[in-house]
Amino acid sequence: MTQAQTPPPRPSDVYFFATCVVDQFFPGAGMDAITLLERQGIRVHFPEEQTCCGQPAYTSGFPDEARKVAAHQLTLFPENWPVVVPSGSCAGMMKHHYPTLFAADPVRKAQAEALSVRIYELTDFLVNVLNYQPEDKGAECTVVLHTSCSARREMGVHLTGRKLLGDLAKVKVAQQDHESECCGFGGTFSIKQPEISGAMVEDKVKSLKATGAERVVSADCGCLMNILGHAAWKDKQAGLKNPSLPGEHIASFLLRRTAK
Amino acid sequence: MSEHALNFMPSEGFRARAKDVVENPFLRQSFRGAMDFLIGKRAGQFPNPEELETLRTLGEQIRQYNLGKLPALLVQLEENLSRNGIQVHWAETPDEANAIILGICQAHSAKLMVKGKSMVSEEIELNHACEAAGIEAMESDMGEYIVQLAGEKPSHIIMPAIHKTKEEIATLFHEKVPGVDYTDNVDALIQIGRNVLREKFLVADIGLSGVNFAVAETGTLCLVENEGNGRLSTTAPPVHIAITGIEKIVEKLDHVPPLLSLLTRSATGQNISTYFNMISGPRKAGEKDGPTEVHLVLLDNGRTQAYADEQLRKTLQCIRCGACMNHCPVYTRIGGHAYGTTYPGPIGKIISPHMLGLEATATMATASTLCGACGEVCPVKIPIPDLLMRLREESFSAPHENPSMRGQGAGYSRLMTAVWQGWAAVYRSPSLYGVVTWLGSRFGWLMPSRQGPWTSVRVPLKPAPKRLRDMLRERG
Repeated sequence: MTQAQTPPPRPSDVYFFATCVVDQFFPGAGMDAITLLERQGIRVHFPEEQTCCGQPAYTSGFPDEARKVAAHQLTLFPENWPVVVPSGSCAGMMKHHYPTLFAADPVRKAQAEALSVRIYELTDFLVNVLNYQPEDKGAECTVVLHTSCSARREMGVHLTGRKLLGDLAKVKVAQQDHESECCGFGGTFSIKQPEISGAMVEDKVKSLKATGAERVVSADCGCLMNILGHAAWKDKQAGLKNPSLPGEHIASFLLRRTAK
Repeated sequence: MSEHALNFMPSEGFRARAKDVVENPFLRQSFRGAMDFLIGKRAGQFPNPEELETLRTLGEQIRQYNLGKLPALLVQLEENLSRNGIQVHWAETPDEANAIILGICQAHSAKLMVKGKSMVSEEIELNHACEAAGIEAMESDMGEYIVQLAGEKPSHIIMPAIHKTKEEIATLFHEKVPGVDYTDNVDALIQIGRNVLREKFLVADIGLSGVNFAVAETGTLCLVENEGNGRLSTTAPPVHIAITGIEKIVEKLDHVPPLLSLLTRSATGQNISTYFNMISGPRKAGEKDGPTEVHLVLLDNGRTQAYADEQLRKTLQCIRCGACMNHCPVYTRIGGHAYGTTYPGPIGKIISPHMLGLEATATMATASTLCGACGEVCPVKIPIPDLLMRLREESFSAPHENPSMRGQGAGYSRLMTAVWQGWAAVYRSPSLYGVVTWLGSRFGWLMPSRQGPWTSVRVPLKPAPKRLRDMLRERG
């Protein structure tokens, strides 16, 4: 007899690893994610010493520098609580790449492996650990969801964002063409290969706009920085005052839709 | 074709060539359409994700098993090929491979070689070598024939002329093939090519082909193709020369069916290719047809360098289906020629550095967002994004002794290294991070409106006036 898979037990406390992008560029998304978790009766702990997961250096070919930064994060989550990350990309770094990054350092490798199993991307945590069922209190609207490549291919959590939006009774989720294609951000790629990156984000913004959705939501602020940055640049070129493609982190959207 | 010509430093001019394509809306649309078509064809072959995953795991295991015993298998292959009457030649470099092939041609006073599709022959630039030696090398695969007529190189490893429209091909045939009127009817165009090539098969002195799988236990060369030109090239001329890389070996005949199925379904979305040739030797006494001599040239050209490193070895698992190209958002934007290497796309980025050295290919690995689409579709599960990160490290790290790759450190820059060291110094220290990000939040309005390449198509980045940690502190 094999045991049926049971969801992980509902924790009373979680750590929140905000990511450096959220801390500096999308703090509202971080606040909203924390509030969303707290409304589920979870105590959220934000270790103040946290900085960055180390991914920018890691993917750019500087693993030594990434290791220094990652080693610092390894020490910040002593209690055996889940670590919730509002980004598939940074969660993927911590969950899947930390053990490889510290392969030659037995002590840190063990720490990295112990941490790895506690790392959750936010939408995955909401759906699969908390069984969160958002109750929609907003007006009818149409949105389009962009899922990051790391969330999709590394974390395998592309369905949880869609499920949360699908649970909102009055929200219609539009389907863009080439949905699973990368937005063209890729960290330092966007500045090392600006022509290709520019062509990719141009196509992505066109696809998103072609759905007629009022806004784009995503669980990754790196993609949002790229997508919204290009959409706003296009608007500026066209002399538009209001954004033609507003967007926000899925946590902010969920919080607003479910606010009393 | 880009006006930025190819040269021996594919890295140089890569951005310029890529820019030429992305700024050409016609080409952008054309590549997008072609890749969407191929993506759809492949998806139709793998309706069941679990079956696909099982097959990919099997493909990976077969390739890793065989690479694991490559040296012994090469010895076994040579023994069994020799027993079957196939002459085996070893080439460490493209020059050596060309010299071997030209030597065989000259021994037969050959004037004309017909070629089935072979990317390894492109890798060694065999056509140039033949031309220099006064031997006409004629491509017989329709796509290869088109790019040869146009004086170009293949832009895709499976569909060499994917960058050409039927109108361009119509004009090309009209201009280059004597007595041909302009027609953009595809069937008529194929018929024109077929008529030209059919005659050549009958008079050619040498038939050249690639190899998809070389089976060690039986001494068999397997060749996958769709046009029948492979079969004609390997049977009609009196001498058949096959060329392949040393990694294309499998121990057992049983290893072939799963790999073949993965290959055709991943490459062109076909259940099985139209032709599958198994070549086991030259014409035997009493047989009426087939070549009287069969040769195999086994090429290294940097493959042993990849082989020597446990991680880089995974590069050699490749069965050359081209699915990574079809699904790559970068390849889709820029096409194959922009890469400047024989093998374009994700597989080109990870294998070319072993062939050409990192000096020539130092920045190629940066042309990826690491989106993972290539690794996701790879039928033998090559972890392409991980290998791209490794190549970035090999390229950008300071030159050191006993490197695992030729040209290690070729992309090393003191400035870039110092920037990352500075970054690490800030981000490993909560207090420094605190100061730097606090300054960023307070003085974000001082951020320049031009931020290098970022702002070429985006508005400038500005830190929020309050960081998340400030907001949390205020909330208490």
